[in-house]
This record gives sequence, structure tokens and C-alpha cells, in this order.
Amino acid sequence: MDVKFPVDELILIAPEIILCGFGLLLLLIEVFLKTKSKSFLGILTLVSAGSALVFVLKLSSFSTDLFFGLYSLDSLGSLTKGLILVMLILVVIMSLRYVEREEVISGEYYPLLLFSTLGMMIMVSSKNLLTIFVGLELMSLSIYILVGLFRDNLKAAEASLKYFLLGAFASAFLVYGIALLYGSTGSLDIKGYLEVIAKGDTSTVLIIGVALIAVGFAFKIALVPFHMWTPDVYEGAPTSITAFMAAGVKSAAFVTFLRVFYTAFLPLIKQWGDILWLLAVITMSYANLTALVQQNIKRMLAYSSIAHAGYILVAFVTGEKILSSSIIYYLVAYTFMNVGAFSCVILMGRKGEENLDIDSYAGLSARHPFVAFCLTIFLLSLTGVPPLAGFMAKFYVFSTAIKAGYVWLAIIGVLNSVVAAYYYLRVIMYMYFRDPVKEIGRIDLSPSYILVSLICIFFLIYTGILPRELMLLAEGAVSVFF
Amino acid sequence: MKEYIGILIILIFANLIALLIVGLSYFLGERKPKKVKLEPYECGMTTIGPARRRISIKYYIFAMLFLIFDIEVLFMYPWAVVTKNLKLFGFIEMFIFIIILLVGYVYVWKKGALEWE
Amino acid sequence: MSEYIWLIPCFPAVGFLINGLLGKKLPKAVVSWVGCLSVFFSFVCSAVLFFELLRLAPEARIIEKDVFDWIVSGEFVTRVGFRIDPLSIVMCLVVSGVGFLIHVYSVGYMHDDPGYSRYFTYLNLFVFMMLILVTANNLLLMFVGWEGVGLCSYLLIGFWFEKDSASNAGKKAFIVNRIGDYGFLVGIFLLFVSLGTKGVWTLNFSELERNANLLSESLTALITLLFFIGATGKSAQIPLYVWLPDAMEGPTPVSALIHAATMVTAGVYMIARLNFLYSMAPEIMFIVALVGVLTAMFAASIGFAQYDIKRVLAYSTISQLGYMFVGVGVGAYAAGIFHLMTHAFFKALLFLGAGSVMHALAGELDMRKMGGLKKYLPTTHWTFLVACLAIAGIPGLSGFFSKDEILWKAFLFPHAGVLIYIIGLVTAGMTAFYMFRLLFNTFYGKERLDEEVKHHVHESPKVMTIPLIILAILSIVGGYVGIPHALGGGAHFEKFLEPVFRGVSQKADYHHSLVVEIGLMVLSVIVALIGIYVAYVYFLKKPDLSEKFVKKHEKLYKTVHNKYFVDEIYGFLFVDNLLRVGRFLKNVIDEAIIDGIVNGLGYFMRGLGGILRFLQSGYVQAYAFSMIVGAIVVVGYLLVKVIP
Repeated sequence: MDVKFPVDELILIAPEIILCGFGLLLLLIEVFLKTKSKSFLGILTLVSAGSALVFVLKLSSFSTDLFFGLYSLDSLGSLTKGLILVMLILVVIMSLRYVEREEVISGEYYPLLLFSTLGMMIMVSSKNLLTIFVGLELMSLSIYILVGLFRDNLKAAEASLKYFLLGAFASAFLVYGIALLYGSTGSLDIKGYLEVIAKGDTSTVLIIGVALIAVGFAFKIALVPFHMWTPDVYEGAPTSITAFMAAGVKSAAFVTFLRVFYTAFLPLIKQWGDILWLLAVITMSYANLTALVQQNIKRMLAYSSIAHAGYILVAFVTGEKILSSSIIYYLVAYTFMNVGAFSCVILMGRKGEENLDIDSYAGLSARHPFVAFCLTIFLLSLTGVPPLAGFMAKFYVFSTAIKAGYVWLAIIGVLNSVVAAYYYLRVIMYMYFRDPVKEIGRIDLSPSYILVSLICIFFLIYTGILPRELMLLAEGAVSVFF
Repeated sequence: MKEYIGILIILIFANLIALLIVGLSYFLGERKPKKVKLEPYECGMTTIGPARRRISIKYYIFAMLFLIFDIEVLFMYPWAVVTKNLKLFGFIEMFIFIIILLVGYVYVWKKGALEWE
Repeated sequence: MSEYIWLIPCFPAVGFLINGLLGKKLPKAVVSWVGCLSVFFSFVCSAVLFFELLRLAPEARIIEKDVFDWIVSGEFVTRVGFRIDPLSIVMCLVVSGVGFLIHVYSVGYMHDDPGYSRYFTYLNLFVFMMLILVTANNLLLMFVGWEGVGLCSYLLIGFWFEKDSASNAGKKAFIVNRIGDYGFLVGIFLLFVSLGTKGVWTLNFSELERNANLLSESLTALITLLFFIGATGKSAQIPLYVWLPDAMEGPTPVSALIHAATMVTAGVYMIARLNFLYSMAPEIMFIVALVGVLTAMFAASIGFAQYDIKRVLAYSTISQLGYMFVGVGVGAYAAGIFHLMTHAFFKALLFLGAGSVMHALAGELDMRKMGGLKKYLPTTHWTFLVACLAIAGIPGLSGFFSKDEILWKAFLFPHAGVLIYIIGLVTAGMTAFYMFRLLFNTFYGKERLDEEVKHHVHESPKVMTIPLIILAILSIVGGYVGIPHALGGGAHFEKFLEPVFRGVSQKADYHHSLVVEIGLMVLSVIVALIGIYVAYVYFLKKPDLSEKFVKKHEKLYKTVHNKYFVDEIYGFLFVDNLLRVGRFLKNVIDEAIIDGIVNGLGYFMRGLGGILRFLQSGYVQAYAFSMIVGAIVVVGYLLVKVIP
């Protein structure tokens, strides 16, 4: 057996190669130059992310399997990669100032960001469970470290360790599920499962495998009861990393989850549909109720991100291939509102003083109207108020559920967004109608935060008013399921 | 399910036998507890001080680094077996793999993780 | 140029944005230049377009340009698009032209106001919205303008919102207008649905016109009636006129621009625009004419007994608007629009003149404390005189031509036309009377000024008087574009508007008797002169006569002075009862029941959240346990599901 080296396929994974190369390069630059200022590394990261994005856009029209089916290039992967890279760029822009402010000594910050992004990209563009697992682990391991990068901070260390332990636990489930699937079907390719299932061969082992894979993904996208790590980790992690996780990990994991289940296990929807239905309801309700009583804005946003995973799951359980474009739309909108919201949270803090309790936000509108305005936009979008993208996203998701006959699920979802409005609007109320409670000092209105906020606001308003283009893109992305 | 019945039987028997042996020795054995007998080590040096001592973190780093590089080198064995078939492709892939390892090695080195003091 | 129709409303919008966003930081001079120039550019654009239209053949004088798709929903597409035809270009010229003059005037009038930039912001926004209203090519966009001018009117009436009366007047105007808008909106819905069920989903004027014949007679009557309710709100006709007199709380140039020259004529414009519908509903047209003429007379009579000069002018505006409705009601759309234009000139002039008087007298409005101002304010006096002559209908001035045109067309109206004519004629006499009462009391006779005020009575600055002079010239010559055939003119105005009212204007087959027409003109001139003479006798020659009259008929006088207690009646009938219902809804339904449920639920949810938070213990083993439980449930459920 001779294996030919597929040189011509290398160009098709140019974005991944660029990220990997730059990641290694940055690592070396860091140890050899030992520069005090990390913004040089940040700029290089931006360059690499930007050029990777250019390649992703150029390659977005291709659709082919690469490297003997271990990897693939298609519209779903391209759109998600584009989203992840844009998210990375936004996070890096705000990190430029944030890293400087928090005096991060470790130069590994940017290389790790690149590696975890690379992991996400690998994860979303493969149809092979083993490759997916490799991508997922690359992403996760990098993020475990990133979470604990502020070593002096006890909370960060605790968060990192918790995340690592539980993440390893969840990975075990996932890899066990993969093993069982391989054992029962002899295939690692998700298309292969479809063939087996289509033949009507659904052994118990295969079902257990499916269930365990679902558990593994449920951990990454933080569905109740696999969510317990989320508030602690989101709170403890550096805020830029929290944004990165909330937006990136969730999107990547959700898209992969979607790809695996919609490609391979759709015939079994009768089996897993119900349990995910239940998870969606529990996730939304639990997260929203708990968010009501949070005083810390990062924890509140953590619960909110759990709740949003629940909303997305509402569209997921329908099993409608065409309508699953609403999931993609939601993820895109969600990414921008989350990154925006966290950029405002960063803005509020200073070195050693993060000002995360809601009291810090009291009376903000009078002192820093611009920050209050930005945060208001993001919170309103998270609430789902038109004309922002958050509204259209919720609208698409719930209308998907209704079209597919899941009326009750949609009703529960809408009721939940009503509950959610309380804790989002509470922050707005604090900012606009309360008198300042405590002195939070001067706010560092660095252009790097403002730029991120403005980009996010522009995007939210633009896609909220003219959702058509993005919806077409999302529809193109999910066309891979046909 | 049929093919697993054997395993189930072995499982049951193994447990039974283990219980049996432990139980027998518990009931039949003679016990004369002495201070020396109750110490963790019946022979060798006498234990002094608390058992939960701090061990220098450098051991862990060494252990971890060893583990990582060891496992990664392990990857070369299967490669070596089929390298004839893989030809240039296998060579280049392994080359890239080793370069990545090398970067890691240089990084570790320059970081000072290999220095004891 | 026709490609750039959108520029007309665009300029004031830009002015609005500049002044609105940066106004507070810009120097006053810049604010004034931006405010005035933006409107002036609109005027230039309108003028260029006007001449372009003149060059075209009359049938080709309707230009439509869509700018972008606004609402796309199934088969229905509404575009933001503009329509320029003789009717809208006349409106554009009036709005931007008079608007420009009033902007210039405001530079002087508002000079020392702390809200200077806010004022120009609102004013520009108003002009923008008004231009949208008159250039829109579909009902929906027109409604946007309609509501927009309503908003600006509210903002400007309550411009000095620290004054209670001003903010109340603003609210009153807004609320009364809402009642009319409700009718308008329901009319739009009804029209849309009833045409839609016939397969034509459209709100575009030209398409509506083409398909109007699909509507049944009764539906058309209902739709046009609803639209007319909208018009009575915006154009201050019975029964919704009550807001306009109170609207005088706003700055005087605002009264001139919004509450005399432009916005209040929107109702007339709307009916003229929808002439193809109204022509299908003769009964409603009769109602329009009747309401118009009754309003004209009713308002004129209230004008007799007011001392506040702006209020007199306000009632006069209501009365003149009544004439315009008579015009469009009897099918003489061109005459109605003609009067709209001339009225814009002389009424704006009257208001600005009044403003100039106020300016000179430190805000004094009561004509009992004026008199003899002629020598102090020569320019204001002369221009005011011209306006009074024009509104009274003295031959040679603009008001004469337009008013007589309406009366003549009313006379020819087959349904009770003569009755309408007679009421209109009497009203013309009344108009002359109360206008000259105002003129004599203000500028002639004994000086009754307060001593304090007397010292610094001064003529207004040039920036205020020049607009007055221009408007005075327009008040004189403005009528010459529409001299009727009977007087040897060419009736150019009517001919120009012809393409819009094609096929629906009063047919020329009435018995056109030259003698009758001229006879009627002479009659109305005589009536006007009688009015002036009576005013002269009562207020100039023997001022005690009027006092005696008031004493003799005190009850009647009080009734009229208090505006026939209409406000009080409305208050008793509607406002109080509505308030009572509202209070019940608020106290019982809302606060007790609904709030109770909502708050209760809220507390319950928060309590639940408070319990749930204890699940988040912080122990990683607890977290792992929860994962295990979850995994067991997921796997177990699936197994149960699969293995029967």
C-alpha cells in the first residue's frame, strides 16, 4: 500500500497552517526576545488571525474532503471558522490593552489563544470523530491554561483546576462514547454511522455511545446539569478569556455537536430528541432563575450564557435540517453580543480591582454615558429587544420550534426570555436610575475596548435590521446536511 | 449479549474467589498485634516525621516533561513500522511532528524548566 | 434634477442632524446658517424642479422616484419613494419658501433664547417631515410625515416647557391630533385591506388611483370619512379644532410656520391628494364642505371676542382652513390649494407681524394694552395692513382671488351650494370685521401701553422686517397667478394643477354666467367693506360703542369670549369620564390585580433562584456528581427508549 502525499490539499488548510505556524513562532519569540511589552505579540496575533481570515474567505467556496476523509472543507466549517476568527480578532484587540493593564507576565497568552482557536477550527471542520476529539482537546487544554494564567489570583487558579478536572471528566465521556461507536460500527467517520443506522442496526452499544457523546458536548456547551463549572470558571478566568470561552468554545462545540448529530444520528432523533428537549427546558429555566439572584456581573453573564445554550437547543431538538440555520444565526449574534458585553465589563475594571458587583454599575450613565450606552445595547440584545440581532436570533429559533411543531418548547423558551429580561434590565436600571453607590475611579477608555464595542454594536444593529444576508449565509452553511 | 456472558461468569467467580480468600484468612488466621507489626513498614528504616511531606515542585515538572516527550516519542514506533509504505508523505509528516516537538523542547529549555536550581 | 427629488427633504434632515447633534457646541451664527440654508437649499431644489415641470407637457408632469425598498412582505412592497407633480411642487414651494422666511425671521426673534439650537433643530425636523408628507408617493410614507409634523408641533408648542400652560397645550395638541390620526390610520388599513382583498396590495398613490374603481361605493364613503376625521384633527376643523388656539403657547414664528402656513394645511393637501377617492363619494364631499363652512363661521365668531392677538389669529386660521375645506369639498381642489397658498403668505405675515409687535412690547399679547403703535412700528404696521386687506378680500390682493374662487365654486355646487355660499359670504364679512378690529386696536387709536413698556418700544431688526416685507409683497402679488377668466386672467394656477385633478374637478358645464360671477364678486367686496366699516366705527371712531355693546349683551359676549364653552363641554363629556375609567383601570385592574400577579410571580421566581443557587456549592466533587447524575439520566433514558 502506497500513500501519496496530498501536497495540493495543503493550501486548503492554509488558515490552520497559518495559525499553527504563528503560534509556534510566537512561542519562540517570547522565550528568545523576552520583551516586556506584549503588544508586539498581540499585533502578530492579529496579523495571523487576519491572514487566516482572508484565506478562510477565499476558500469558502470550496467543499471537499481532505486527507483521506480525516478533514474536510465545507460551507458550515468555513462560516464557523470565519466567525471564530472574527471573534479571535475582537478578543485580541481588547486584549492588547487588557493584558497590559493586568500586567500579564506570561507571554503564552497569545500563542495559547492561537492554539485554542486552531483547536476550534479543526473541530468544526472534520467529519471524523477522532480528528474532532483532537481539535476539542487542543482547544480545551489551551483554555485550561488560559483560565489560570493569572497565577497570583486564587480564583483564577481554582477556576483553572476545576475546569481541568471536570473537562477531563467530560472528555472521558466523549472518548468513551467514540470508542463505543467505533466498537459497534467499526467506523470513526460520522457518515459511516449514518449508513449503519440507516440499515436499521441500532445496537445498545451504539446508543450508549451516542448518549455519551451527547454528554461530552453538553459539557462543553454547558447544559444543565453539566454546567456546574461555568459560573466558577467564567468568574475566575481573565475577562477576555471569559469572552473567548463564552463566544468561541460555545460556538465551536455547538457547531460540531450540530454536525455530528445532524449528519449521523438524525434517524435516531426520536430517541435523543426527547432527552434534549428536557435538557433544553431544564437548562433555560435553571440558568435564568439562578441568574436572577446573582450580584456579580460575570457570574450573571455566565448563567446567561447557559440560558442561551438552552435557547439554541430549542432549535436543535427539532431535527429540521433547513431550519437549523437559525442555530447558526443565533451563534453569530450571540458571539457579538457576548464579546461586546465582556468588553464593557473589562472597561469597568482596573488592575487588581475588577468592579464586578452590580453596585459598581449604579449611576454609570451619568459618569460614563458612552460605556453605559454600549453595555445597554449589548444587554438589550441579550434580552432580545428589536431591532438588535439578539431579537432576530431568538425570533428565528422560536419560530423554528413552532414550525416544527414544538409549540410548548417555544412557549417555555419565550417565558424564559421574559424571566431573563429581569436580570439584564436590572443592570440597565442600575446604570440609568440609581445613584452611584461607590467610587470606581477613572475608567480607562482605551481605543482597543471602544473599537471592539463599536464593531459589536454596529454588527448587532446591522444584522438586527437587515438579517437577510446573514440568514442566507447560515442557510448556505447548513446546506451541508443535505 | 450472549458473547458477554462468559465475562459475566468470570467477573462473578473472580469476586467470589477474592472474597473467599480474604474471608478465610480473616477467620482462620491468628493475630497478635504488636507496635512494630502495626507500622507501615515491618522492615527497613524506622519512619520518622509526618508522611505528608512537601516534595519539590521540580520533580513534578521533570516528571511531566518526561511523560510528554516520552509519549510523543512513542508515536514514532508505529510510524517506523509502516514508514516504508508511507514514503515521502510519512517522512514529511514525521518531520513536521518532530519540528513541533523541537519547538516545545526549545521553549521548555529557554523557559528554564530543565534547570534544577 | 428629477433624479434628485429626495434632495428636497434631505437638506433639512441634514440640518436637523447637524443642529441636533452638535447644536449645543456650535456658535449661534453657525446654527442659524445651517438652519436657514438647509431650508433655502430645499427651496432652490423645489424651484428648479418647478421650472423643469413647466417645461414638460401637462400630462407628463407627474414624476415618481423610488429610493429604496422599505417594507417587503410577500406580494406587498412599500418603497420609500417620492412623487413630484404640480400639487406637491406647489406645496414644496410654499413649505420651503415660507419656511425659509420664517427661519430667517426666527434668527432675530429667538436670538436671546437659551434653547436656540434646540429650536432650530425642531424647526428643521419639522420642515423635513413636512416635505416628506407632501412629496411621499404612498400613504404609508405620507403617514410618517403626518406623524412627524405632529411630533414637531408638539415639541414646538411645548418649546418653553417650563411653563405649565405651554406643556399642557403641547399635550392637548398631541392628544387631540391622535384622535384624528386614529381615523386616518384606520382609513389606511381599511383602504389597504379592501383593495387587497380585490388582489391589489398597494398604498402607492398612482396605483390607488388606477384601482380605485374596484372599491364599492359604501366602502369609499367610509374610507374617505375616516380620512376626513384625520384631516379635521390636523387641520383644526369642527370637532377637533380645540387644540389650535392653545397651540399659540409656542414661539410666534412656530405659530406662523406650523399652525398657520403649513402643517395645519396638511389635511387639505391630503384630501386634494386623494381627490380620486373623494370624487367617488359625493356625500362625504358635501360633509367636508359643510364642516368647512360651519367651522369658518363658528371660528370667525369666536374671533370677535378675543383680546389676545395671537388667539384672534388662531381662530382666523381655523376659519380660513374652513374655507379651504369648502374648496376641496365642493370639488374645486385647485381653488382650495390656491387659497392654501395665498393664506400661507398672508397668515404667516400676520403671525410674524404679531410676533414683531410682541417683540417690541416685551411679550405683550393683549390688544387692550396696545393701540397707536403705528408710529413706533412703521414697517410692521404697513405689512400688517397689507395682510389684513388680503385676508379681508379686498380686490387686487391675493386673498380676494382665492377666496372668491372658492365662494364662486361653492355657489355652483349642486348640493346646497347656495347655502354654503351664503354662510361663506357672511363669514367673509365677519373676517373683515375681526381682522380690522385687531388692526385698529393694535396700531391705531389711543395709546394704552403700560408706562414701562412704552420706553423701549422699538421696531424689530432687519432680519425680522425683511421677511415681513417679502411676505407682504407675496400677499399682494401671490394671487395674480390665479386671476379667473371672468376678470380677464388666465387662471394659470388651476391649469397648472389640472393634471392632478384630471377628470375629477368640477366640470365646466355648469352655467357659466359671467355676469353672475362678477356680480358675486362685487357682492363679496361690498360685504368685506361693510365689515371693515363696522370695525372702523366700533373701534376707531366711537370706541365706547363697543363697550356699550358688550355691556348690553353680556351673556352672549361671555359665551363667545369663552369660546362657547366648548373646551369645558369636551372636558365634562370626554376628558373627565376617560380619566375616571383610567383611574379605575390603574388602581384596580393594573395595580391591584395585574401588578399583584406580576410582582407575586417575580418574588416567587427570585425565591426559587435563591434556593437554586445553593446547588452551586463550589465543591468540584459536587459538580462532578451532578455530571454523573446527568450522564446516567441521559444514557438510562436512551436505553429505556431503545430496549423495549
